[in-house]
Amino acid sequence: MEKIVLPDIENLHKLEVYKKNGGYSSIKKALSQSADDIIEQVKKSGLRGRGGAAFLAGLKWSFMPKTTDKPKYLCVNGDESEPGSFKDRQVLEFNPHQLIEGTLITCYAIGAKVAYVYIRGEYHKWIKLFQTALDEAYASGFIGEKMKDTFKTDFSCEVYIHKGAGAYICGEESSLMNSIEGHRGYPRVKPPFPAQNGLWGCPTTINNVETIANVPKIIEKGWEWYSKIGEPKHPGTILFGVSGHINKPGVYELPTGTLLTDIIYKYAGGVPGDKKILCVIPGGSSMPPLRGDKLEGIKMDTESLKEAGSAIGTGGVIVMDEDTDLVKVLARISKFYYHESCGQCTPCREGTSWLVRILNRILDGNGSSHDLDMLIDVATNIEGNTICALGEAAAWPVRFMITRFRDYFEQRVSKEITLPVKNKVHSMRNTAFPLADIKD
Amino acid sequence: MEFKFTQENLDKIKDILKKYPTKKAAVMPVLYLGQEQNSWISKEVMVEVATVLEITEEEVFGVVTFYTMFYEKPVGQKHFQVCTNVSCMLKGGYDIYNQVKEKLGLENWGVSEDKRFSLEEVECMGSCGTAPMIAVNEDYYENITQEKVNEIIESLKSKN
Repeated sequence: MEKIVLPDIENLHKLEVYKKNGGYSSIKKALSQSADDIIEQVKKSGLRGRGGAAFLAGLKWSFMPKTTDKPKYLCVNGDESEPGSFKDRQVLEFNPHQLIEGTLITCYAIGAKVAYVYIRGEYHKWIKLFQTALDEAYASGFIGEKMKDTFKTDFSCEVYIHKGAGAYICGEESSLMNSIEGHRGYPRVKPPFPAQNGLWGCPTTINNVETIANVPKIIEKGWEWYSKIGEPKHPGTILFGVSGHINKPGVYELPTGTLLTDIIYKYAGGVPGDKKILCVIPGGSSMPPLRGDKLEGIKMDTESLKEAGSAIGTGGVIVMDEDTDLVKVLARISKFYYHESCGQCTPCREGTSWLVRILNRILDGNGSSHDLDMLIDVATNIEGNTICALGEAAAWPVRFMITRFRDYFEQRVSKEITLPVKNKVHSMRNTAFPLADIKD
Repeated sequence: MEFKFTQENLDKIKDILKKYPTKKAAVMPVLYLGQEQNSWISKEVMVEVATVLEITEEEVFGVVTFYTMFYEKPVGQKHFQVCTNVSCMLKGGYDIYNQVKEKLGLENWGVSEDKRFSLEEVECMGSCGTAPMIAVNEDYYENITQEKVNEIIESLKSKN
């Protein structure tokens, strides 16, 4: 199987090696066609976003207004903060020029003159690596004003890095735009959508690093070639990041529709000590977890995972063996979303903290069956009631983990509520009630 | 303590401003410069950033308090960041965290008396495939073991 985003070519991060392997020929090819043609090809290729929502990339581009007196922008999303996801850094490190070329082609297609590559602040090393690649490309006249001479064209665009500063929420597209504009990273209410009202109120497209890195190959080899790789409804390859209890953790580029069990056993070497799998999260910590005894036949693409009751997310596969403490895992995941909630919407801001407190209560051995129902109730009340998808991201793991592992969780809680004080109303309060210590 | 950007940094700010259509958009990169120069973001740094970018102090304050990587309190020269999120946790991230905590004698966000070390329990750093991990300032140490943690801390302690 041919790898598209991370081919096994040594030193591909160097411009000369990338050029020797056909690099920067796709942008040349793209510039000889009309922008609409490029969008049409990407549409037909069936390329879907790799950032989580799996939205059709070409369709997203076509939302950009054709005529406008405002400047247009492209944002490349490399905020990559979802626990279990570590693929974009591989692109930034091993194939940065393909990302740059993809960025240029996308800018040409949507008519953007400026692209911001948003990279999470913790990735100091990868920001430097990508900056080096950018500098090389600038020096060789592939970006900026010099493009016009290099490619004999009227088109030119600038590519800048914007460094994040440790906020998961900035991976959400509207929050990312607020962050670039210099605001707090609060997600915006949609509509208006970014294609109408994005960066500084101008038409903007936001795509994931991996999505953009696919573009040059689609232009080079044609949409028909691309659409035949993997599952027809979700073609191409995906960078699967496998982590947790696994013998060979790492990033594996495989066609969509690869069996989850193949990823775990064939490619990533199975579970250490040949232990059974208790639970797998297939697409990064916010996606619904799957039971370890129900993994047979699950294919890794949007449609198949939807059928299996989960989603592809960022392709971050987290494997947990039979000795894993799921309550601890869920409490840790919930703590993350509690920490990362931006605080704008009440259901998420308050709900995430309730989830953590209830889960910690269960972890301390003071939980009851009632708590499990309460967790599901709180999660259900966050879902769909927030501006952005962080609400779902926080709620899904809780709701699905408890529903799917109810037997497991029931064993960890007592059937009855034990009241710390006799007064029922007071005992239901989680906060220490001033009279709680008074003995009757 | 007074804070003014050095001439070198003021030149860098000029370059940063070229990237954005508004001055406000430069607030994050300029705050990073301030943090680099001052080692943390004091009130004076925020005021200077606001002055340089011609935005209100409140706008700068809002940004600083939103992002975890802008330090509102001084951190040590070597800032230890230990990830305890799911993938790291499954591979013993909490053991590593507790070990670092004990070795440095610090609590979360604690700074040693000589200001050389500080500790932070961080959220996912994108090292899930090379878990567990710690980061010291900007450097990642991946696939870490208890022995390696000891080595890193000892070697940093012995350096002056």
